[in-house]
Amino acid sequence: MDYLLHLADNALVLGQRNAEWCGHAPILEEDLAMANHSLDLIGQARLLYQHAAALAGDGATEDTLAYFRDATQFRNYTLLELPHGPPLAPTATGDRDWATTIVRNFLYSALMVLVWDRLAQSTDPQLAAIAAKSLKEVRYHLRHARDWLVRLGDGTAESHRRAQAALDHLLPFTDEFWTASAPEAEAAARGAGADVAALRDAWNALVDEALREATLRRPAAVNGYVTQGKEGLHSEHLSYLLGEMQSLARAHPDATW
Amino acid sequence: MTDTQPALKDWPLWEVFVRSKQGLEHKHCGSLHASDAPHALQMARDVYTRRQEGVSIWVVPSHLIAASDPDQKDELFEPASDKIYRHPTFYEIPDEVGHM
Repeated sequence: MDYLLHLADNALVLGQRNAEWCGHAPILEEDLAMANHSLDLIGQARLLYQHAAALAGDGATEDTLAYFRDATQFRNYTLLELPHGPPLAPTATGDRDWATTIVRNFLYSALMVLVWDRLAQSTDPQLAAIAAKSLKEVRYHLRHARDWLVRLGDGTAESHRRAQAALDHLLPFTDEFWTASAPEAEAAARGAGADVAALRDAWNALVDEALREATLRRPAAVNGYVTQGKEGLHSEHLSYLLGEMQSLARAHPDATW
Repeated sequence: MTDTQPALKDWPLWEVFVRSKQGLEHKHCGSLHASDAPHALQMARDVYTRRQEGVSIWVVPSHLIAASDPDQKDELFEPASDKIYRHPTFYEIPDEVGHM
């Protein structure tokens, strides 16, 4: 079940982050695209939370899992909770950087295309069904992010600079993908989950090919701190994100539509 | 997209046509600004098909569309209005032929 929460939290947190562009995107069509993207992710999160809640069986619902867990209980990659800005951005409400959003969406979608493809053969039939649906969505997300990545990288000097800066900033956060957490290892051993480390070469191939087309340079590997969001050790940004997302539900815990 | 190409900051206007699942023809549903054709297709997908409006998208740069002049509407279209003998509605179709 922790494995399902990891997948669900990834989708929910990134969905929430991308939704921040609503009303603020650089052009109208991308405002809609980001909203679509977020809705796809939140839909994936709902399906996964429902499945996890049914497995937990202790009265948990998708809402209690999404709105009433604290930051230390969330199992998403730290990459996904970062604000749309440069390193050391103090808050998420500053100027949002489109290149950061696109690079992050690209790096995550490139991973999830491989993960969902593997999970479509999961021994957990419900997860396999969710994977089959999500795979179509994430293929489009990947194409959207990749097209934008190429246009930004191989674009003007300004867009190239921003895209390279975003890549330099975000790529180290993807190191977290490759060491399995205990729930991931347990799920993979059962055949229910994906062995993400085995997907590393394919992900690198996808990413390198896109970067080449975008004339972007992969930053030198840094053997430094590997983020541990999926272990519950998050950056300070997650608590602000959850504060905004959960405040309404927590203010009216028994409300129904 | 390099700095040697002119005026790439200006995104041209594209007209979007979408064909629905049951439809035979692409219907015009709107327009958008995009830098090039694949970009226009992707944006049209996000803007004009998010409520399941269709299964096929055509985008055409607006300047390539030649349109009839609205000031000539009278001479182009009025004369047809009183020539109902051109409509194929005066045949009696035998029942064996079925629906046409």
